[in-house]
Amino acid sequence: MSNWIPLWLHKLSSPPTFYRFAGTLLPWMMALALLLGAIGLYGGLVLAPPDYQQGDAYRIIFIHVPSAWMSMFIYGVMGVSAFIALVWRIKLAEVVAMESAPIGAAFTFITLVTGSLWGKPMWGTWWTWDARLTSELVLLFLYLGVIGLYHAFEDRRQGARAAAFLAIIGIINVPIVHYSVTWWNTLHQGSTVDIFGHSKIAWDMLWPLLTVTLATKFYYAASLFRRARTDLLALESGKEWVRQIAQREGKR
Amino acid sequence: MSFHTLQGFFAMGGYALYVWPAYAVFFTVLIADTLSPIVRRRRVLRELNARLARQSARQATQASDTTTPTQTAASTDGSRPCP
Repeated sequence: MSNWIPLWLHKLSSPPTFYRFAGTLLPWMMALALLLGAIGLYGGLVLAPPDYQQGDAYRIIFIHVPSAWMSMFIYGVMGVSAFIALVWRIKLAEVVAMESAPIGAAFTFITLVTGSLWGKPMWGTWWTWDARLTSELVLLFLYLGVIGLYHAFEDRRQGARAAAFLAIIGIINVPIVHYSVTWWNTLHQGSTVDIFGHSKIAWDMLWPLLTVTLATKFYYAASLFRRARTDLLALESGKEWVRQIAQREGKR
Repeated sequence: MSFHTLQGFFAMGGYALYVWPAYAVFFTVLIADTLSPIVRRRRVLRELNARLARQSARQATQASDTTTPTQTAASTDGSRPCP
């Protein structure tokens, strides 16, 4: 292994160390997710004024947009760890990539359904085959493809490598989702929030949106830690450290 | 404060049928995502403990086999640990 990678990263990638590390951080991540989520949704549902064009229907934005951002962010994390898993064969990278897929699929599903529920009153249709909606649906199929391919193999690690290939190829779809509203003429509105420039949204609406976005980031960390811990127990079930945990928790 | 009454809040300016189902989907999906690894973890640990119990039971019978060979037929119930 290359020696420019710091030693603590080597240690962290060992399953028992990561198991303990994730177990310590997990409750804090979940607490932050719930706290920020509650504050953000209170700000969005109760404090923020109605939109001058969309009335109160726009309040779907506070879950729709953070979920959409997470659907792309998680794909990015999955793609990067899939690459690390293929190149360096690190077991933890495989676990992170494969356990990110169901969380990403969950957020993509939420994005599509909440978007549909927002589209009906605003556009007059549940669904339309325009660039943004179609590319987001392709993103869901990519996640489902990765999950399916992973489970199609008898050997978990072989499945993870095959699914990692698909995850890397599918990463091309992420910029397509993001720029679809710029590249094509779509029914979907353009970006409202610009991290580097001027956002076209009032502060009363922006802060709840950003707070919920932060909450979903912490939620992802918590969910990923929970899933990775379970997966490590299953993958390493023959090892002594897992045996000790099984005996300790079996007595309870 | 955007709404003056609780009824007004639940009515969501006439869009209640779209706003609340959207929030319901959001929470339902994320709760399911949270519960599934917890359930799986319990199953993994239960299976592992059952396997360890079988292994130690087999070792115990093997140890007693050396002293009393007549018990061999009764103790081999075909339960082998998973690979």
